[in-house]
Amino acid sequence: MATELRCHVGIGPRVEGEALVADDNFSARYDLDRIRGVFSRPQHKLAGESYVDRILVMNTAKGGVASAWMLHEMAARGMAPKAILFNSTNTILAQGAALAGMAMCDRFEDGDVTGLIRTGDRLIVDPAAGRVTIRDR
Amino acid sequence: MRLTAEEEAMLAGERGEARKWALEHQIQVGRMFDAGDMVEVAQAHMMADPESLGEAGVAFVERLAALPEDERRVAVPMLTDPRGVDLSQYEPLGQTEEMAGLERRFVAAARALGIMMTDTCINYQTIMPPVRGEHVAYGDTGVVIYSNSVCGARSNFEGGPSALAAGLTGRTPRYGLHLDEHRRATRRYVVSRQPRELTDWGVLGAVIGQKSGSYWEVPVIEGIERVPTSDEIKHMGAAMASYGSTPLFHVVGITPEAERIEDVGGEGLRPEEIADADLDALREPFGATGETVDVVVFAAPQLSLVEMAQVAALCRGRQRHEGTALIVCTSPGVHADARRMGYVEAIEAFGGRVLEGTCFYQQYAREIGEANGWRRLLSNSAKIVNILGGYGYLPALASMERCVASAEAGRIV
Repeated sequence: MATELRCHVGIGPRVEGEALVADDNFSARYDLDRIRGVFSRPQHKLAGESYVDRILVMNTAKGGVASAWMLHEMAARGMAPKAILFNSTNTILAQGAALAGMAMCDRFEDGDVTGLIRTGDRLIVDPAAGRVTIRDR
Repeated sequence: MRLTAEEEAMLAGERGEARKWALEHQIQVGRMFDAGDMVEVAQAHMMADPESLGEAGVAFVERLAALPEDERRVAVPMLTDPRGVDLSQYEPLGQTEEMAGLERRFVAAARALGIMMTDTCINYQTIMPPVRGEHVAYGDTGVVIYSNSVCGARSNFEGGPSALAAGLTGRTPRYGLHLDEHRRATRRYVVSRQPRELTDWGVLGAVIGQKSGSYWEVPVIEGIERVPTSDEIKHMGAAMASYGSTPLFHVVGITPEAERIEDVGGEGLRPEEIADADLDALREPFGATGETVDVVVFAAPQLSLVEMAQVAALCRGRQRHEGTALIVCTSPGVHADARRMGYVEAIEAFGGRVLEGTCFYQQYAREIGEANGWRRLLSNSAKIVNILGGYGYLPALASMERCVASAEAGRIV
């Protein structure tokens, strides 16, 4: 059994992985300890959580043009999320995903993606098709 | 996306590898944001400090820089955002040779691409302000929001890779803020408490950014009773962009696209009051009066010549506390003028350090904090206190006057 979510056509390759979800926003510069691969801003709902190889599911991207280079740098060290899903991304994160070769999708047809997906869900993200599949649910 | 013959040639590799990469990158981004075609840009501005580039990013730019000259040179004037290392004084800050080495490698590669190393996030005050209606490809959220809102230019947030792509192709995908429909107001805010000094303007911008909370929301603001200075509206915009990812705002009767609220389609929107409680709540986590302060920072955005004069005037005849550092960041152009006019000397006589062409949060803030034992940081920038909590600091916010007085006292006054 699987649940299929439709979204806008995204960026990057088809990937499979485990979801890490928060009704919060995302900035690679403001929110992360990129060396350790964890969320570090104390006020962030995922503070202390590792994002490495997870599929992040968040509300929106915020602040910080630097995130565009940072996704590429994180991916080169093998310390990056596999994909990021947003309700609504901003231009910076989309540009960063394009350089990093990271999967990114947003604008889900069924509403708030941070409510549709739960932490621990196994996901298949297919940006070219504009489709995210929740396996086993 | 519809491409011109020239763009098709770039995509086919007929204009070299660099422009082929650039156009491919732009098409990926353009598709995600439903761009119908490309738009030519007059300038590009790239954020590319070595902390965010890392080894991987520097190596990427070096690969482009190794191409033949006619393939690698940028097609339009292209500027740089603040650097991560002031190569004339990085050791006293606790920055390493490795950091300086990455910086030197990037600067050499960027020069080979024909990029002007302006190293500034206040190019709209110091280099060449864009003109209303002009399409540009700017990096740095503070640069974009000021240029869109105050100058009436048209730019999306262009991250480093996309700004570089725009420099190489001389165009950018036509989406977002390049289009009239994304420049119309979507949220309407009414201000009653009037901002007085720079930090008040920053706090107001932060609250509006926080309430708007998305790249695709455009605030229109009513109730501002006097025309702000360039520095004041700079602080408001920089904080709004930092808290809300906001790329454009209108102030009725002040910014050029909103002489009347109807001009930006805001008359039918529900007015939202900016309550005193909203402004107080934003400041509340950044109080800390009476606590010991390790470092006072003036940056984010870099200081204009006028702000440099103000800080220098506050520093004259005083000395910083031995346990408190004072760091001031400005552009190379302003630095030269400020030195000529004695402002740098006055800040240095106080015991402060004036950095040239960097910005505090873009210069390995976590590492220099650890190297110097800095935890409690005080600034007058609402933007920087938002950022640095994630870098291991305990940030606090106060006016420029209180910041200098706190640096003198060694605790937040």
